[in-house]
Amino acid sequence: MKEQISEGSLSEEEEIYRENILDHYRNPRNKEKPESCSFQHLEHNPVCGDRIELFVKLSGSRVEESSFLGEGCAISQASASMLTDKIKGMPVSELQDMAKEDVLDMLGISIGIVRLKCAMLSLKALHKGLEQYTENNRKKQ
Amino acid sequence: MMILDPPHQHHSPQEHDGEHKDEKHEEFGERIRQDFPILQARVKNKPLIYLDSAATSQKPRQVIEALKKYYEEYNANVHRGIYALSEKATMAYEHARFIIARFINAEQHEIIFTKGTTESLNLLAYSLSKQLKKGDNIVLTQMEHHSNLVPWQQLAKESKRDGKDIEVRFIKITGDGRLDMGHARQCIDDSTKIVSVTHMSNVLGTINPVQELASLAHEHGALLVVDAAQSVPHMKIDVKELGCDFLAFSGHKLFGPTGIGVLYGRKELLAKLPPFLYGGDMIHEVRFEDSTFADAPNKFEAGTPNMAGAIGLAKAVEYLQQIGMENITEYEQELTAYALHRLQEMEGITVYGPPDAAARGGVISFTIAGIHPHDVAQLLDRDGICVRGGHHCAMPLMGVLGIAGSVRASLSMYNTKEDIGLLIAAIHKAQKMFS
Repeated sequence: MKEQISEGSLSEEEEIYRENILDHYRNPRNKEKPESCSFQHLEHNPVCGDRIELFVKLSGSRVEESSFLGEGCAISQASASMLTDKIKGMPVSELQDMAKEDVLDMLGISIGIVRLKCAMLSLKALHKGLEQYTENNRKKQ
Repeated sequence: MMILDPPHQHHSPQEHDGEHKDEKHEEFGERIRQDFPILQARVKNKPLIYLDSAATSQKPRQVIEALKKYYEEYNANVHRGIYALSEKATMAYEHARFIIARFINAEQHEIIFTKGTTESLNLLAYSLSKQLKKGDNIVLTQMEHHSNLVPWQQLAKESKRDGKDIEVRFIKITGDGRLDMGHARQCIDDSTKIVSVTHMSNVLGTINPVQELASLAHEHGALLVVDAAQSVPHMKIDVKELGCDFLAFSGHKLFGPTGIGVLYGRKELLAKLPPFLYGGDMIHEVRFEDSTFADAPNKFEAGTPNMAGAIGLAKAVEYLQQIGMENITEYEQELTAYALHRLQEMEGITVYGPPDAAARGGVISFTIAGIHPHDVAQLLDRDGICVRGGHHCAMPLMGVLGIAGSVRASLSMYNTKEDIGLLIAAIHKAQKMFS
């Protein structure tokens, strides 16, 4: 009976579990709950159980600190780890413009339709949190 | 033009006896496999290892050919046309009903064609709800698929608005994924009107004691509904022996086409049950003011039915009867025992459901420490291995098990030990990658 499966790796385009993704999954950056933050948002995908709680601390018009807590698949967790790194120091005005393509560029892989939701979970948390923050500020004024 | 091989002749079951039992067993799956064109396909030059039959089964060429023949030779609407073509289609459609009835030891007019288990159960929830009174309850189990949970749950929610307050109770499961029968006896009481249970769990593989539940339900004057979507493809089903009042299953999991399913109901009960869908074909006489309805099963089959689906499903049933359900069960049990053994001896793997292959079917859910089920499914896919990762349409059960999801490998008669071996090797590879 043969139980051999090929050990060969996939082509660069096919490989979604690249070393950078696995590295961010195994050793997530910014995975902590801060003592204080300007806004936070929990995004949950009940279908696969992925969960990302994103924290953003602003200083003036820029992002001072960003971190997350969460659990789920490698793609959702690695993208949260990368996103929190990426937005540090970013002007608040640019946060809203962060798009799907930016996250995909950051991950450096192409993702099929089924897994796209995993990759976009942290971006969704960022946008929703920001929206709520802006809304609250508007009400205060 | 497509050239089709003649139907595959199966060897008689006697050939399974003798000293080379294992070898013969191995041949069984291999032989069945030859009938399934899709399993001959190669994905990226690798063979297709299909371990997702609990989601949908593959189709033998006999079924594919029956569909082709129907559309090419005798497609016409049923029950209406007087012309010969329509008569032929009607006869084939009703003959399909006869074949399926005989397959589960029912009578022909006890078989209602639906589009699948989901519609069968919705039909029941809707039509039975008319008979429920204030304070009645419905008993389900913690291991139900959403299709045998949401319709009853919504019925109960609706009943609150009507002041009926129907309660839904869930029989608990034990640590090894069996029904807690002690709790079942607590749940089912004289106010219970419906007990609806899965015959085989689509997550745990557990085969539930339907006969015992039927007696329990009947002692309290309740009806027993069986969701047999997972069990029908793998074991002999006899509705009289099970003692159930209703039984639902889908064609597409039974090697038949999609969009066709069955609801069996005892004839006395079907006679009293109001229709679910109204329209053509289900009426006796229509006037502007009111209508009278046809007898069962037509009363429940409004509109043009899925003729090709019914004919294709009957062909699948005949194909299974030719192989013999007992032979299928015997082969799959050995395969399941082998798969459980291989998975249980691996490190970092948690297998859910009964550990003993005799108490379960070949639906095997497991988790791998440190790797999310979706990542597992994606990694296995690279080696041509199709497994499911997720909640398997049983979110409440996932909560009971304390997991967000699992990987599910589900076996069928066309799988082999070699498939299992490749699954194990691919899991090792995934573990290595994520370590």
